[in-house]
Amino acid sequence: MKVEQRATERQSGEALSDRATLLSLYREMLLIRRFEEKTAEMYQMAKIGGFCHLNIGEEAAIVGAISALRPQDYIYSNYREHGHALAKGVDAKAVMAELFGKETGTSHGRGGSMHLFSQEHRFYGGYAIVGQALPLACGTAYAINYKDKAEVVMSIFGDGATNIGAFHESLNVAKLWHLPIVFVCINNQYGMGTSVKRASAVTEIWKKACAYDMTGENVDGMDVIAVRRVADRLVAQAREKREPSLLECVTYRYRGHSMSDPDTYRGKDEIKQWQGRDAILGLGDHLQKQKMASANELQKIDEAITSEVETAVKFADESPEPDLKDLYRDVYAEEVG
Amino acid sequence: MPVLAMRDALNQALREEMTRDGDVFLLGEDIGLYDGSFKVTRGLFKEFGEKRVLDTPIAEEIIIGTAIGAAMAGLRPVAEMMTVNFIMVAMDQVVNAAAHIRYMFGGGTRVPIVIRTPGGGGHQLGAQHSHSHENWFAHVPGLKVVAPGTPADAKGMLKAAIRDDNPVMFIENEGTYAVKGEVPDGEYLTPLDKNEVKREGHDITICAHSRMLIVAMEAAAELEKEGISAEVVDMRALRPLDMTPVIESVKKTSRVITVEEGWRSFGVGSEIAARVYEEAFDYLDAPVARIGAAEVPTPYNKRLEKIAFPARADVVVTARALLGKN
Repeated sequence: MKVEQRATERQSGEALSDRATLLSLYREMLLIRRFEEKTAEMYQMAKIGGFCHLNIGEEAAIVGAISALRPQDYIYSNYREHGHALAKGVDAKAVMAELFGKETGTSHGRGGSMHLFSQEHRFYGGYAIVGQALPLACGTAYAINYKDKAEVVMSIFGDGATNIGAFHESLNVAKLWHLPIVFVCINNQYGMGTSVKRASAVTEIWKKACAYDMTGENVDGMDVIAVRRVADRLVAQAREKREPSLLECVTYRYRGHSMSDPDTYRGKDEIKQWQGRDAILGLGDHLQKQKMASANELQKIDEAITSEVETAVKFADESPEPDLKDLYRDVYAEEVG
Repeated sequence: MPVLAMRDALNQALREEMTRDGDVFLLGEDIGLYDGSFKVTRGLFKEFGEKRVLDTPIAEEIIIGTAIGAAMAGLRPVAEMMTVNFIMVAMDQVVNAAAHIRYMFGGGTRVPIVIRTPGGGGHQLGAQHSHSHENWFAHVPGLKVVAPGTPADAKGMLKAAIRDDNPVMFIENEGTYAVKGEVPDGEYLTPLDKNEVKREGHDITICAHSRMLIVAMEAAAELEKEGISAEVVDMRALRPLDMTPVIESVKKTSRVITVEEGWRSFGVGSEIAARVYEEAFDYLDAPVARIGAAEVPTPYNKRLEKIAFPARADVVVTARALLGKN
């Protein structure tokens, strides 16, 4: 095993210290939290249909990783991706409108919760087949090399995806073809209701990179600063050296797999334990201890975000439904009889 | 006009499109250094280099997935699947991804890829290398599916497929790579949505695509000796399915035979028959007759394999029966 393939040890002393950056990470995490809480509420009011998977609990992993990207970098995601889109800069209004199935949504109401997309933000979509988007991410990374651009692809997936063939095919060619890609595994401990221990022969996901002679890193996914620090390094490695990597963020989803999950496969104590390490509360405490923000300032941020989410709901609610005559629009890139 | 084998017509199309557009690149198993398992990509690796003629691992999902992701980022990939049977490994990428991405993202992107793959049997390759599955793909909205049966159409349709902004399943046939025909030099495009009468006649209509087009043409020549005038419609455009020449033909002949190399059940002939019933029922003098492969996994034994696939005699006998001349 190469030295770089050791799991990253926690180095709390090296935390990012810039106030503006920390406040921005705090804001982005809180936006995801409040957005998802509101999403659950809207789902229960039947404003949102279908399957709906929330990011609550995973905010540090998401924001830590995605904030390391530049606007021209690409993201491929999965079906638990509301927060991924928000962190890449997609407007909360367009995301909520998509959940509502409205014409103003990111995918004009054709995709829904699992299929957000934004060409403008290079958010290259939420995919609902486990592991499906990893090969696509490799293709976009191949195009970056083909055109000799200084861009990076971040491919985000869950622990469950690392047991599927497409994961292994993707890591293999990423290394073989020197693709500028960072594979980010949001290890939230469960593939639907089956724990990592019951599904994967190797429970430390980062070690799967070793099979492809690729950099593998493990990070505490409840610590946004730690995630960001590793992500910065791996994104730079992809951009500058065309060396791919696998980053495992160990985290937890507080809610069930989807809104329709009765959550009977794990104990309440386990959930409470993880909530005790909540990343948003943790960063809030850190900001106050470091005198970077007062409780009052944090409260103001929360109020502004709550208002932003309310605005998104209002926008979604008031937006028009897709026109029924447009059922066949965009099946093909031009009209086909 | 130059006479080329089908594989060389395809090769010419690839070379011309790669020369015309730097965003066109090829990827697949052994298409480069090895020159292609059926030599369709012969010489291109040497000419264009490994970036544009990408040899991949034997990993079908990554081949199709890479093509899709590269296309979404602005390139025009042409992926080769060594045989259509291998594409089963990558059906998720073809159907759930390539075909659906544009629609499920509300038109926010497009997937201009071509997937070239040969189907067909007759070479004693057994149950996992000999089938025809174009009907699987033709079932799916979001895909275009073409299956040319002449070298000229192969060139013209491949060039058009590469320029198309949608995922195109380009179905070739192992049994036609050596078939020769006249092929126009240089810029020559054949529409992906137009079927064509390849032989005119007035007694009976025979619909066929890919290698079965050749079988149908041979059958028509034999029927002519018996005084039966058969019209052959090339069903090279399967999705979107252009029925116009079929319906026009039925109005004239009132009898239809469909011929396909795949199994009949839920097949190309079934779809053509249904459309004929819907659009030209009153013109028919007999039920549509469907000819296809025996519904067995293709056997290895040469004699068993031979009777498993449709042949000229099957078409001739069926035509006579439909016309009450047996």
